[in-house]
Amino acid sequence: MLMLGMIARRVASGLLTLLIVSVIVFVGTNILPGDATEAILGQSTSPEAVAGLRKALGLDLPAHERYLRWLAGLLSGDPGVSLINRLPVAQLIGPRLANSLLLTALTAAVAVPLALLIGITTAIWRGSLYDRVANVTAVSLVAVPEFLLATVGVILFAVQLRWVSAMATPSVGSFTQALQNFTLPVLTLCFAVTAQMARMTRAALLGVLDSSYIEMARLKGVRPARLVLHHALRNAAGPIANAVPLNLSSLLGGVIIVEVIFSYPGLAKLAVDAVETRDMPLVQACAMIFCATFMLLVLLADICSILSNPRLRTR
Amino acid sequence: MTIKRHAAIGTSDMAAIGAALARGASRRDLMRWLGAAGMSAATAGLIIGDAGRALAQTPKRGGRIKVASQTSSTADTVDPAKQNNQTDYTRCFTFYNGLTRLDASLAPQLELAEAIESDSSATVWTIKLRRDVKFHDGTPLTADDVVFSLARHKDPATGSAAKALAAPMKEITASGKHEVKITLESPNADLPVVLGTPHFLVIKNGTSSFTTAIGTGPYRCQEFQPGIKSIGVRNAEYFKPGQPYLDEIELFGIPDQTARLNALLSGDVQIAAAISPQLAKRVQASPGYAVFETKAGGYNDLVIRQDSDLGKNQDLVLALKYLLNREQMKSAVFQGYAVLANDQPIDPTNRFYFPGLKQRPFDAEKAKFHLQRSGIGNTTVPLHAMASSTMLDQAVLIQQAAQQVGLTVDVKRMPADGYWSNVWMKQPLTMGSINPRPSADVLFTLFFKSDSTWNESAWKNEKFDQLLVAARGERDEAKRKQMYGEMQTLVHENCGIGLPVFISILDAHSAKLKGLKPIPTGGLMGYAYAENVWLEG
Repeated sequence: MLMLGMIARRVASGLLTLLIVSVIVFVGTNILPGDATEAILGQSTSPEAVAGLRKALGLDLPAHERYLRWLAGLLSGDPGVSLINRLPVAQLIGPRLANSLLLTALTAAVAVPLALLIGITTAIWRGSLYDRVANVTAVSLVAVPEFLLATVGVILFAVQLRWVSAMATPSVGSFTQALQNFTLPVLTLCFAVTAQMARMTRAALLGVLDSSYIEMARLKGVRPARLVLHHALRNAAGPIANAVPLNLSSLLGGVIIVEVIFSYPGLAKLAVDAVETRDMPLVQACAMIFCATFMLLVLLADICSILSNPRLRTR
Repeated sequence: MTIKRHAAIGTSDMAAIGAALARGASRRDLMRWLGAAGMSAATAGLIIGDAGRALAQTPKRGGRIKVASQTSSTADTVDPAKQNNQTDYTRCFTFYNGLTRLDASLAPQLELAEAIESDSSATVWTIKLRRDVKFHDGTPLTADDVVFSLARHKDPATGSAAKALAAPMKEITASGKHEVKITLESPNADLPVVLGTPHFLVIKNGTSSFTTAIGTGPYRCQEFQPGIKSIGVRNAEYFKPGQPYLDEIELFGIPDQTARLNALLSGDVQIAAAISPQLAKRVQASPGYAVFETKAGGYNDLVIRQDSDLGKNQDLVLALKYLLNREQMKSAVFQGYAVLANDQPIDPTNRFYFPGLKQRPFDAEKAKFHLQRSGIGNTTVPLHAMASSTMLDQAVLIQQAAQQVGLTVDVKRMPADGYWSNVWMKQPLTMGSINPRPSADVLFTLFFKSDSTWNESAWKNEKFDQLLVAARGERDEAKRKQMYGEMQTLVHENCGIGLPVFISILDAHSAKLKGLKPIPTGGLMGYAYAENVWLEG
């Protein structure tokens, strides 16, 4: 019951958050100098052309009216039409969203098991040489910016060694083709998120391992592997389940650097381009997607931690 | 005015020149020889250049290439009327032909047309079509297709980007199965040039859907997905014998130019279009790759508004023009990929370029002299330029040169957002940037005519305006050349434009790709590389 109530409350507050975000984004894009007409006309701008185009695009209406029109459209299931190329926003976003989800899924498929493995093993062998090496490596990788990793990766593995492609085409096809296309971008993204998740897993697990019931189990003679996997990990699952989605949430919209360097047609670049051209409907749609994904993942994390906690689960 | 299908010299002469070059004849020898044959120095230079480049280059059939261009979006199109950027032009020239095509000096050469003639006033034009041309679906090209392709630009429903260019075509009719008559509203000797621009490529009569391209061009459209890629396969029935050479061309966009170049250097693509001079150095350093330089008419300029107080001070304008260190800009800003300019917008590749105009040098003494005469004293002169652009780099060099003669130029870095609407042509001193245009007439009409919206420096000159209209209607090429020469002199001497260098267009490609020759309307042979390139080895 607790669960259903929580989910209902979360969804309601999530919708309110989306509404507030949409207002903030709208006001933000309106404060920026220039509008879509100037982006379209570029150098061939003239007062008559700007006025004509503004009228044609509906930009001559007052701001609140434009916002309400967009909102009414969205509520009826139509996110509108791009101001720049007059294509439906849904059509523009659709394939890009699929590409972004594919990249996110592949990254998660590699990063999550790897992070858990590193996190758990370092916690088991706390203080060992392995633990220390893994920790230093993780911290260093978090500290190195993505663009450096990606650029060095391209120059080394694509341009010099020619092992993989310098472009990440969003198609899986055969296994070798998928390796060619995705190895570099997935690895680049993995470096950052894996390190974070592994460290958080290790910290959560260590917190549990220090508690008295673990000491009790150890005194009872439980073997280390069983101690960690059976006794400790269950209680650490909540915090770990929280750490994983939070780290993954940034993968959908926050990977602009990877998208640009590997010329991968994802959502992040689309969103940045839309802001540059003041393409309001497109900016709004992207913002809504990023925001909704984030909230969804957080909700998922909470559900996981409730499920992993018998006291909460059975109440 | 008549254009016939013959080059300046025949093929056998070309072979002779090639042979002479191979024997070791100097360029000077050949210039003298061609000069004796009654050819202008500029044309002779072009021919020798072509022959030298074509030497030991026999086209090879077969092979496939991938080409990365600089844009990609769901607005990509194969509708010639809706083309909007260089990727579109590159794609459409793969599938379609125009009635004419512009050559290395921007003179129109016949393509689908067999002959183009006009009446004595350059108002009524008759176009005879080739009879051996077929569309990709097998139907032969007729006058109806051409009439449809041209007339649709006038229909607002088409949403053509070339509506303004088509508007003066008052009447477009088929006067025979293979003959089209165009009546203009006013004389324009440049109609064959207009017909050679990308938007006037010829499509099939009645075409309304553009999910694929059915043209007459060197490649058939096998696949076209907007925002993703297009694939062209060799058109075996192309009307140019032996061409095209490649079996397949795949074209797609990689907007980030470093990523584009990496794709080339990693072997993923064979051409990376449009790269900066800085990246060109990296290509030069990579064995197996080459930079293809197209010397063209695009430029950044110093715009001094003649309706501002600063601009009305003719001595200050002159002082600023003498402060342009053209050599330094060429080497420092453009890594040598530029051609010195002379404060007028017609570049040396253009057939109407006037070589007799004396080069205005970088001259601190003269600048100082005019500065003193201008009487502006210690006034600081603000110069607006777009942040992180070559315009800004050039503005900073102007600032440094001005410092030497005691003039304080305050360079204002303006964001790219809204630069063209709020800064350019609004402030007294700004940096502008103009892309290459297909003809001297278009360039002068857009940016120098007194009543043009984009008359950059608000320059008013009655004599210039009269010459412009007269030259447009003049059918005698020699007379036109003289008129355009006068106009170049007028702009050079009086206009509020400081034009330091013409910027070359750079494409990077695999050294195995052969056959590229510059056409100054744009990169990759004025976008029409597809039928001219082949792979070696």
